[in-house]
Amino acid sequence: MNEAFGTDVWVFVEQRDGKPADVSFELLCKGRKLADAMGGALRAVVVGADTATAIGTQCFHYGADEALVVSHPSLEHFRSGPYARVLIELIRSRQPRVVLFGATVSGRDLAPRVASATQSGLTADCTDLQIADVDYLKKHHQKLLLQIRPAFGGNIVATIIAPDAPTQMATVREGVMELHAAADPHPVLLTQVDFTPHATDELVRIIDRHREESRIDLKGAPVIVAGGYGLGTRKNFAVLLELARVLGAEVAGTRAAVDAGFLPPERQVGQTGVTVRPKLYIAVGISGAIQHRAGMQDSNKIIAINSDPEAPIFDVAHYGIVGDAMDVLPKLIEAYKARLK
Amino acid sequence: MLHSIVLVKQVPDTANITGKVMNDDGTVNRSKLPAVFNAEDRVALELALRLRDRYGGRVTVLTMGPPRASDVLRECLYMGADAACLVSDRKFAGADTLATSYVLARAVQRLAPYDLVFAGRQAIDGDTAQVGPQTAEKLNLPQVTYAQEVKSITNGRITVQRHIDGGHEVVEAQLPALITVIKDAAEPRPYSAKRLMAYKGAKTLMELEKLAEDNTLLYVDKLVEEFRTRKLFIDTYSADDLDAEPARCGLKGSPTRVYKIESVVLAGRDREMIEPTSEGLGRLVDALYQDHILG
Repeated sequence: MNEAFGTDVWVFVEQRDGKPADVSFELLCKGRKLADAMGGALRAVVVGADTATAIGTQCFHYGADEALVVSHPSLEHFRSGPYARVLIELIRSRQPRVVLFGATVSGRDLAPRVASATQSGLTADCTDLQIADVDYLKKHHQKLLLQIRPAFGGNIVATIIAPDAPTQMATVREGVMELHAAADPHPVLLTQVDFTPHATDELVRIIDRHREESRIDLKGAPVIVAGGYGLGTRKNFAVLLELARVLGAEVAGTRAAVDAGFLPPERQVGQTGVTVRPKLYIAVGISGAIQHRAGMQDSNKIIAINSDPEAPIFDVAHYGIVGDAMDVLPKLIEAYKARLK
Repeated sequence: MLHSIVLVKQVPDTANITGKVMNDDGTVNRSKLPAVFNAEDRVALELALRLRDRYGGRVTVLTMGPPRASDVLRECLYMGADAACLVSDRKFAGADTLATSYVLARAVQRLAPYDLVFAGRQAIDGDTAQVGPQTAEKLNLPQVTYAQEVKSITNGRITVQRHIDGGHEVVEAQLPALITVIKDAAEPRPYSAKRLMAYKGAKTLMELEKLAEDNTLLYVDKLVEEFRTRKLFIDTYSADDLDAEPARCGLKGSPTRVYKIESVVLAGRDREMIEPTSEGLGRLVDALYQDHILG
């Protein structure tokens, strides 16, 4: 290990309206493994108002060794300025080796600002993280963070490293890391960190705010019916919605389907959407680019329906159906209804 | 008078990928891809132009890229930008988002004074959404990301509606500020035919150097002067022009490196092909029931 560098793994624990974000706890679970591999401590950083301490306590279910709690009424809602200031000061004084953020709107706003101020390496939307020794450009680096993500252009996975940066940062989408209670939770160790408001905090003021918890629960759905750009039209998508209705399934899709306006962004499965592991995933008109497969390939059973027998989606499927979705879907709906009778 | 600087990027058209686009060292072989104006940057320019039309002032567009990135700058001029600026140097090659934001911040400082810096939320070639906030941090500017709508500017504060997780919020930011913009924020205006005719001949320093090389009667300095007078000169900055520290530019200034690139070899699951007939699909439904996947 480079003696000048720290060994801590940190997770920025995000709260919205005083409630913790799932993705932060998922990251703590992964962070526990990384911290063990690093030989360091896992610390949660909770920034918020009156619920921050309670959220800090929850972090110990997921493997934290310590929670740094920064609580102040002016930190109730996320704002780039003061939140970044808090993180930057903490990172400068305590030198963590790794800092993980959820790839949420707030995480994607905060992480780059903090990385810029601390000259840290930052990789967006990682689908896997590991600690490993690396030989790079004739130099041996011990215990680097491997930041793994599908790369541009298709069936390629890139491993990114930040060999010389004191702090290595990554953002990860919701659902990518699995949530599970720590087998052997550590005793609660909360450390309150002082916060003093600063005039620059008021450069951006929130004057109005509307949000509600999403009613779409892709991660929790046992059955998902997903459509791709291959479905072609909104009218064809209606047949997919009908299958989902009959099966009691959630509807999802690829980025291309979202970009085409067939589905809202909350229903995107894949590297830059949600990662799901349902009992059954039915992929319709989805070619199976790696960015999409990254978000669904761990499903218990996968049915692929595609008119192109060479489509890569068939390589991850348990059942393959080569055919036109507009021909297959109505027959599948009928077959299911017949079984119900 | 409001001065807005818009950061734009020429990106490979990832929606139209053909052939092998990755080099063996993990970088993108851009020559294999058509290059386009990053869509969210175009929306950012539209917002800046609307503010100028409403409050007066001027809009400068800025890009860092290879010489051919001048194409997007000309497109910006066709839309209505008042001035364009290319930042280009071999020393910038291999830059990650941190090194990119360093150079962009230097260039923005060079264009000061300014009131607003606009950018698309993210570019489609990496989808990182990092360059906006990193540039804001280096310029010590407040940032408003994921902007959906610019409502107004009053008393040196801009009111912006932005997307947040599960909803939206309205914020007021003190100028100068940096704003990143999402796709639905505005419909970019089409090119004006008049402006297209006027600016299709706009040229960067490199393009004028090429002209001079091909014709011994022409001198670069004269050409720059002439194009500048005719408002057809695209300001061109190198690392030296920006007093950029070499250690913070390009690959040298990039903490992140591509360590490995792997093709994903799919093991090919032991999959069962189902005939797309009523009988085939009936048997599939039965199998799913038997495995307790359905029911």
